[in-house]
Amino acid sequence: MQNPSVDTHLLPADTLGTAPLLAVDNLHVEFATRQGVARAVNGVSYALNAGETLAVLGESGSGKSVTAQAIMGILDMPPARIPKGEIRFRGTDLLKLSENARTQIRGQQIAMVFQDALSALNPVFTVGWQIAEMFRVHRGMGKKAAYAKAIELMDRVRIPAARQRVHDYPHQFSGGMRQRIMIAMSIALDPDVLIADEPTTALDVTVQAQIMELLAELQRESNMAMILITHDLGVVADVADKIAVMYGGRIVENAPVHDVYKTPAHPYTKGLLESIPRVDQKGQDLYAIKGLPPNLLDMPTGCAFNPRCPYRQDNCVTDVPPLHEISGTRSSACHYWREVLDGVEG
Amino acid sequence: MGRYVVRRLLQAIPVLLGTTFLIFAIVYALPGDPLQALAGDRRVDPVFAQTMRELFHLNDPLIVRYGYYIRDIFTGDFGTTFRGLPVSTIFEGKFQVTLNLALMALIIEAIVGVGLGLIAALRRGRWSDTGILAVTLMLVSIPTLVSGFVLQLVLGVQLKKSTGIDFFPVTGVSDGWRSYLLPGAVLAGTSIAYLTRLTRTSLMETLRSDYVRTAIAKGMPRRRVLGRHALRNSLIPLVTYLGADLGTLMGGAVITETIFNLPGIGQQLFTSVYLRENSVVVGIVTVLVLIYILANLIVDLLYAVLDPRIRYE
Ligand SMILES: Nc1ncnc2c1ncn2[C@@H]1O[C@H](COP(=O)(O)OP(=O)(O)OP(=O)(O)O)[C@@H](O)[C@H]1O
Ligand code: SF4
Ligand SMILES: [Mg+2]
Repeated sequence: MQNPSVDTHLLPADTLGTAPLLAVDNLHVEFATRQGVARAVNGVSYALNAGETLAVLGESGSGKSVTAQAIMGILDMPPARIPKGEIRFRGTDLLKLSENARTQIRGQQIAMVFQDALSALNPVFTVGWQIAEMFRVHRGMGKKAAYAKAIELMDRVRIPAARQRVHDYPHQFSGGMRQRIMIAMSIALDPDVLIADEPTTALDVTVQAQIMELLAELQRESNMAMILITHDLGVVADVADKIAVMYGGRIVENAPVHDVYKTPAHPYTKGLLESIPRVDQKGQDLYAIKGLPPNLLDMPTGCAFNPRCPYRQDNCVTDVPPLHEISGTRSSACHYWREVLDGVEG
Repeated sequence: MGRYVVRRLLQAIPVLLGTTFLIFAIVYALPGDPLQALAGDRRVDPVFAQTMRELFHLNDPLIVRYGYYIRDIFTGDFGTTFRGLPVSTIFEGKFQVTLNLALMALIIEAIVGVGLGLIAALRRGRWSDTGILAVTLMLVSIPTLVSGFVLQLVLGVQLKKSTGIDFFPVTGVSDGWRSYLLPGAVLAGTSIAYLTRLTRTSLMETLRSDYVRTAIAKGMPRRRVLGRHALRNSLIPLVTYLGADLGTLMGGAVITETIFNLPGIGQQLFTSVYLRENSVVVGIVTVLVLIYILANLIVDLLYAVLDPRIRYE
């Protein structure tokens, strides 16, 4: 992997052909801060096949974005450090690649959509320039051809009057249109994996739905895999195939999306589901998970969720629960997943 | 854009009037009689004094005299000294010298200050960053007198003696642009230090921004991320500083001009204050204020070129 011009499309696929497209395996990320080492990601594992959408859920600070940034290779190191773990893309551990080889993968094979398109787009260049840049730098296209491609993409993400607006600057667009431009830029080179980090959080509710629809549609058309990071359990059911729930820098539950809604296997997931507003419960008080998210500098011993968990037993405070396999597609990091599944409170 | 320029120029008029009146009032409020200063230790002939007072409206109240002065300025007449020399002949060539000096300082400042600042930001926390920070601290604290004489001695005299390289004239303006190299560097000293720090902060801030992260996520090579995506954004605040500094440099050139014996406006200002040539003093300050206003206008227009979010209508 020392050759910077390596074509990663030719990386050896798994010999059996069954390995996932992207697999995060026991990933650890920590930050050196003034107060000490913040362990933001503590052994995250999830996997993704072509065409699949994985929704990553979890409250603020649970490590969703940091995991995504580690996959993209855009963490600032230092202060960040990756002491352990693998990120395998088409069977190759990205963490072992040279910076040059990773630059080749970024944007071309794994692309990212950020939360706030206004700050994520460069204010001093036109949106056309910023989209065309993908073709000029990665494909060596001339200016004219690259701009034509940019207009094509803007059409594809349904920006009205793309031909005229290609020379406008980001601040001249509405929030929703800006996010469409961000999306156009990220899918420009037909990536295999698209990571969308809360792509709709900064937008109005009506626009949110449109953007989610657009993402789902683009994904169907091109069979790319998508990691959708979100707070919003509501949107997940419609677009995701499977869910990874994060808590305190770990995955606490992995499951196909419909199983999670019917029968959560972790107390935290269960709490999340009960805190979604539902039409049939109008007027009732919303259930909220008691207590505060864990402090990364001073994590609880045993299960990180134990101070807030209604199922807690004595060993929860001493033993870290491993990720128990429940079935071929499901797992839960709870000692008492059976009780949770059965709905028996401890 | 054109309407904006006109509006800005109109807005400059009250500023110009205010500042000139202020300097007018201060200069004429100085104790002592300008006619006596002219005569030195000798007694002033009362008849002569009376004629001069009439001619120069010295008996009128301040505001009236200021009125005469402004009226003349608008016809391009900066007045006459007591010696009968038109102020504009005294100016002749001198503003050019000081402007050359300030521009040279500005160029040196921009190259060295921005360059050092960029290096410091890209190597933040490492020894080159710390070293640059220490050097800028030294630059701020060395008085112009000291740095001026040291540069004259080392680059002007010693270099020539030891290697025969005669590239840095130490005095006068007879060697074209080279004459301004050493004085420009001396004048730029403090500004280099500020600009280095400003550049460092500005680039570091830009490098932390979301759009730089986006550029990296797009797979752009590091060179391009820095040179295209980060640089232009971090230049914006620096342009403001450089523009405002042109005026400051011109106004602050007195000591440098004296050390390097440059016949500029700084030296003239000093002499004229000393000789109580009030009309010259006020004239110089008026032109300086005008240059300051113009420089700021150019900065604002440059701003719009660099940052498309700013539009002037
Ligand atoms: N550069 C950094 N230095 C120190 N700590 C950091 C840094 N970046 C992230 N963290 C910490 O890592 C933890 C995980 O952050 P992350 O951004 O992944 O959360 P998240 O799950 O994406 O939350 P949100 O939903 O708010 O986006 C947070 O507690 C955060 O404070
Ligand atoms: S391991 Fe214990 S504390 Fe943790 S979620 Fe399960 S029951 Fe709750
Ligand atoms: Mg986040």
